Amino acid sequence: MNFQFSEEQELLRSQARKFLEKECSSQVVREVLESDQPFDRDLWSAVAELGWTGVAIPEEFGGLGVGYLELCVIAEELGRALAPVPFSSSIYLAAEALLLGGSSTQKQRWLPKIASGETTGAFAIAEGAGAPAWNRMNTKAETCGDGQFRINGVKTPVLDGLKADIAIVVALENQVPGLYLVDLNQENVTRTLEPSIDESRPHARITFSDALGERLGKPGVATIRQLLDRAAILVAFEQLGGADACLQMAVSYAKERFAFGRAIGSFQAIKHKLADMYAELELARSNCFFGAWALSTDDPELSEAAAVARLSISRAYTNCAKESIQVHGGIGFTWELDAHLYYRRSKLLNVALGSPARWQEYLIQSLEQKEEVAGNHARVA
Amino acid sequence: MNFDDSAEEASFRAAAGSWLSANKFDYRTSRTSENFFDAVRKWQLLKHEGGWGCLHWPKEYGGQDAAPIQTLIFAQEEQAAGMAMLSVANTITIGMAAATIMHCGNSQQKQRHLPRIARGEEVWCQLFSEPAAGSDLAGIKTRAVRDGDDWVINGQKVWTSYAQYSDYGILVARSDPSAAKHKGLTFFLVDMKSPGLEVRPIKQASGGSDFNEVYFDNVRIPDSNRVGEEGDGWRVSLTTLMNERAAVANIFPTDFEQVWNLARETPLNEGMAIEDSAVRSLLADWHVWSRGLKNFGMRLQSDMSQGKVPGPEASICKLMLGAQRQTYLSEALDLMDFGGPALSNSGDAGWHFAYLRVIANRIEGGSDEILRNIIGERVLGLPSEPRVDKNTPFNAIPTAL
Ligand SMILES: Cc1cc2nc3c(=O)[nH]c(=O)nc-3n(C[C@H](O)[C@H](O)[C@H](O)COP(=O)(O)OP(=O)(O)OC[C@H]3O[C@@H](n4cnc5c(N)ncnc54)[C@H](O)[C@@H]3O)c2cc1C
Repeated sequence: MNFQFSEEQELLRSQARKFLEKECSSQVVREVLESDQPFDRDLWSAVAELGWTGVAIPEEFGGLGVGYLELCVIAEELGRALAPVPFSSSIYLAAEALLLGGSSTQKQRWLPKIASGETTGAFAIAEGAGAPAWNRMNTKAETCGDGQFRINGVKTPVLDGLKADIAIVVALENQVPGLYLVDLNQENVTRTLEPSIDESRPHARITFSDALGERLGKPGVATIRQLLDRAAILVAFEQLGGADACLQMAVSYAKERFAFGRAIGSFQAIKHKLADMYAELELARSNCFFGAWALSTDDPELSEAAAVARLSISRAYTNCAKESIQVHGGIGFTWELDAHLYYRRSKLLNVALGSPARWQEYLIQSLEQKEEVAGNHARVA
Repeated sequence: MNFDDSAEEASFRAAAGSWLSANKFDYRTSRTSENFFDAVRKWQLLKHEGGWGCLHWPKEYGGQDAAPIQTLIFAQEEQAAGMAMLSVANTITIGMAAATIMHCGNSQQKQRHLPRIARGEEVWCQLFSEPAAGSDLAGIKTRAVRDGDDWVINGQKVWTSYAQYSDYGILVARSDPSAAKHKGLTFFLVDMKSPGLEVRPIKQASGGSDFNEVYFDNVRIPDSNRVGEEGDGWRVSLTTLMNERAAVANIFPTDFEQVWNLARETPLNEGMAIEDSAVRSLLADWHVWSRGLKNFGMRLQSDMSQGKVPGPEASICKLMLGAQRQTYLSEALDLMDFGGPALSNSGDAGWHFAYLRVIANRIEGGSDEILRNIIGERVLGLPSEPRVDKNTPFNAIPTAL
């Protein structure tokens, strides 16, 4: 047993952090936030050149095949830097969907281009606000022979959808939801920008009118859940990096800022708040570690570990982001201070892969399944 | 990163498991009485004879020179075998008193006590808190005055857990009231059968009497029972407190298994509580919290297995346990609705006891507020508060009493 990242993985972390401190300052994030660029192209090329996009993609499909623990380390640093690039959509979702359900032709066709950063992806699941049952989804897939499907419907919001080359679309065929890979560079697809809570990661509304697509894997909720579980663990590491950055920011401000003749960090109301943020974050970090391990070993507990990691870090990030602003006082509410960038991002990541309520239900379902398999109540803990 | 056992760890776990199932016994009938400590002693002796006691100690003192990870594995298996409660009751003896003797005691003191502790022949208590000094431990007033080869102790300790069952106690007392607060303290090992020492049990809010008042009326302690130098008592006490932090990190239950079964077995509306979405949400939060504590504990253990001493960040465990556990236990009782007030029929009065006992989780071994100060100052590096008691002679510091 060993519950830490290895020395090599820690080395990768410090290299990634140094690189991002230099190449992804908050100025870079703000340029995407304040302009109509879909993402930062220079940063994206640099990230691809470093091999980060291919770190968990097997060598036979053009990746480096290093592994998921390394991908988690990179995700944490990307989250800390608020990197404005379509990494999560392309890697945790599009590449993972292909790895999970793609035929060897599909994998050969797309994964090398994703690994090299040439192709970016998006995950199109939402159809506006709300959490309807799968079979109430309006986007439909209809077979037209030769493994091709016609896709019709409107997906919004789609993170990174504005300029992505491919989308993994959740659609119903005969009432059964499935994952469909759609080349977005076709005439039957139209996209417009959707205003969103965090425009450093722009979102699109995508309309599919008889767009052609291919199915990935077996139809059914199980495939979608598997994809969500895997992505949730990777996104949890982005959340972890972001939450850590918020806490660090608040702690250093509490040491510098004076009021009533003392550093504000010497007041217990502030000190105890920061202690609580730290404690909650460390439990969440521990749950993320467990998730990383489950992902890297394809453990039978992966689904449970994903829900636990996602629920705890979502809560910790939301809390760190809001309380960090509180510790800053008036300056915390300015556009100029980076705190609101984290506040925005924390909410985006909190809902983008489904709300806490959804994941609570997923968690209880996986505990019920575990109990059924074990055949007794006691095994649940 | 690897949450699985290595082959070696797996075979150690299997051996521990089979020894435990062959040797465990039913102690529950003797829970609240003195017999409980007979069971604690008996279990310690059994473990020692079987080669499973004080695993991480050096062999010369009755341990096994085992790797810290083996201690963790044995503790997990002991928990699974239902025997953990007996070892938890020995936490003050082994995790605190013996740990302090091991680090700060001289070789005579180690030879005299450690092997006996390893065999379950000595139970110890911690004589630190006083009526006017708990969180502010360095404010204790119990006096130690040198008299020839002895020290003479006068004063009062309070909240001393298990003093009534103990053979010895670790004691911190004031040897120089004119020195600064933290400088005038000295640390002793005291025989609880000493003339002039009186133990009076205190009835707790939860009903039982685990803790006590302890009075010292001219109690004589030989100087050979002094640990560390005269005036060095604060440093020695900190060793105890650091070990306490690590020792209590994972001994309190999170009760998830129990609430899961409760939700399964408790009727709600047309079905069972577990089918209700609000209950499912509560269960999910409870599980996430419980896993967080468990996984954090594993990270601490993992650090320890690499030879790192658990630092102040170990305070997280108890801080994150107490208040949340109290909230959840309250919600568990709410689940029982009209039936919540009296559970004797369902044989589940454990929920009431837990709800009362959890009160103390937020106070014992450092209150929530003190733990937040420790995390804020020693982990996050925030400045301490302005203090009026730091460089003043102890007997010139203002007090209420
Ligand atoms: C079940 C139980 C078992 C115990 N067993 C033992 C034992 O075996 N041996 C032993 O020596 N002691 C034992 N104790 C005592 C325990 O260590 C003290 O109760 C604890 O340290 C708090 O001290 P106090 O009771 O004097 O409260 P106080 O220190 O008076 O605290 C009262 C309140 O003030 C707060 N407070 C105090 N100082 C600060 C500060 N600087 N900043 C913010 N808030 C502050 C506290 O958090 C608390 O809320 C036990 C206690 C309990 C409940």
